Amino acid sequence: MVILKRIKKVLLYIMLGAVAVIQIYPVIWMILISFKDNNEIFSGNIMGLPKKLLWQNYVVAIRDAKVAVFFFNSVKVSAITLFVTICLSLTVAYAITRMGWKHSKTVLTFFLVGIMIPGQAIIMPIYELASRTHLLNTHFLLICVYTVFALPTSVYILSSFMSGLPRELEESAFIDGASIYRTFFSIIIPIIKPAIVSVLILNFIGVWNEFMFGFVLINTESLRTIPVGIQSLVGQYNTNWGPMGAAMVVATIPTIIIYTIFSGQIQNSLIVGSVKG
Amino acid sequence: MEVKGKKIAILIFTLPAICLYTFFLFIPIFASLGLSFFKWDGFGPIFFNGLQNYIDVFVHNIDSFWGSAGNSLLFAVLCVVIQLPLALILALVLSNGVKGENFFRTAYFMPVIISSVIIGALFSKVYNPDYGLLNTILGKIGLGSLKRMWLGDPKTALLAAFVPQIWQFIGYHMLLMYAAIKQVPNEIIEAAKIDGAGSFQIATKIKIPLIKPMLEVCLIFAVTGSLKIFDLIYVLTPNGGPLNSTQIPTGLMFKELFTNYSTGIGSTIAVFIVAECLIFTFLIQRIFKEKIVEI
Repeated sequence: MVILKRIKKVLLYIMLGAVAVIQIYPVIWMILISFKDNNEIFSGNIMGLPKKLLWQNYVVAIRDAKVAVFFFNSVKVSAITLFVTICLSLTVAYAITRMGWKHSKTVLTFFLVGIMIPGQAIIMPIYELASRTHLLNTHFLLICVYTVFALPTSVYILSSFMSGLPRELEESAFIDGASIYRTFFSIIIPIIKPAIVSVLILNFIGVWNEFMFGFVLINTESLRTIPVGIQSLVGQYNTNWGPMGAAMVVATIPTIIIYTIFSGQIQNSLIVGSVKG
Repeated sequence: MEVKGKKIAILIFTLPAICLYTFFLFIPIFASLGLSFFKWDGFGPIFFNGLQNYIDVFVHNIDSFWGSAGNSLLFAVLCVVIQLPLALILALVLSNGVKGENFFRTAYFMPVIISSVIIGALFSKVYNPDYGLLNTILGKIGLGSLKRMWLGDPKTALLAAFVPQIWQFIGYHMLLMYAAIKQVPNEIIEAAKIDGAGSFQIATKIKIPLIKPMLEVCLIFAVTGSLKIFDLIYVLTPNGGPLNSTQIPTGLMFKELFTNYSTGIGSTIAVFIVAECLIFTFLIQRIFKEKIVEI
């Protein structure tokens, strides 16, 4: 009987391990390829460790394929989007939950409705608008679009947190003579730091990996974000696997590193962000 | 309790966001809807077309529209039937307490944070007939006869395109379900164990029913995600795949807009996709409303 239990346990761990391998190995394969040269891959060493680490592939990816440029663009667009999103959603959430006024519920619903809207609903008018107003090919427009998509979930998360805070916090501040703005900055914001972190993480992942709008709204190579850039390389580097692998590794490594460090936080943020009406 | 300048503060706090949101989201939504009733190539004159676009798309099946719609629906079905149950099983196993629970959870979830574009680029190499991972592995384990041109053969392309999608997001659903299962009060589980219930019974009679709200969320995500899918398929098969076998509605919308310059038709397809997502969301919520009341 005990032996049966043991066998069951072993089988269980084998299954779990196999799934883990399936989930991780393709990424490892990508890393292995990035260090090989075409001859090595095409002459049989497809799955094994590279004979030597061909850093040259990375040089090609960064210099010729301009992966560094894409990387920089992604950082810029993401950073600005996150900053604007946080500013706007914090203020809106605060106004809705802590400053009692007639239309607060309507405004909340106004923003929450956006959660269900897919990009397809607006991409064509935005494109047409862009091409007519010289906003096409600008990071400005991309940031506006990304912010607008980030607002609904951010407002939802922040207003949920804020509505749970006790009224006494502001009341004592007002009694002491603090203005609304002072209270907002010095008291409320420090307390909801965890929620802010969740919002940042959730939106970072979405913006960093976004493809559709980046693809439609940006045409110049030097302005492309990482996903769009990588897509543009796929055709070019069809038969040149080493540098393509290197480009993909450079594109993915930041998210993987952030994920390994913050995996608990990230998983929590996604759980919080998904439990919506 | 009157605070000075409250009305102004409210305006300052909400106006910028509301303006941005209205201008870049609300107005474009109605513009999309409106555009679907016109005929326009994007730069020439614009004609009112009534319902002609809708007729062209739904009745005349322009560009095999229903083929692409069918593909996305097939994706949705496969997600519900394959991806979600697998995620549930993993979630149940992991939440039961195994050694290395955190490691497995983190490993399973990792593909979620990688861009779909990169996953598409990666899997197009996995599927490469000559040097790809899949055919190489098949050859090594003696199943060489199963080797195929996975993305080049109209018979296998669609299913081949679907695999990375399951692979990428199975961890996401697993994580949501896992979190929900962890919230089930321990006392209930302990009580069941005392009554002699085995793990399987506990899973099916207690855990699953109690996480129905989260299952609903996962179902909605999986279905609407499949209907809207674009990035992955576009990178794997940019032109709709062999014999158009992997075309999906969003891809068709792109083709109409950027290749055929038919903004009217493109908008009609966009309206279809949005309506599809809304309808399925309401349907799923309806189904779950009844089920939950039952308990």
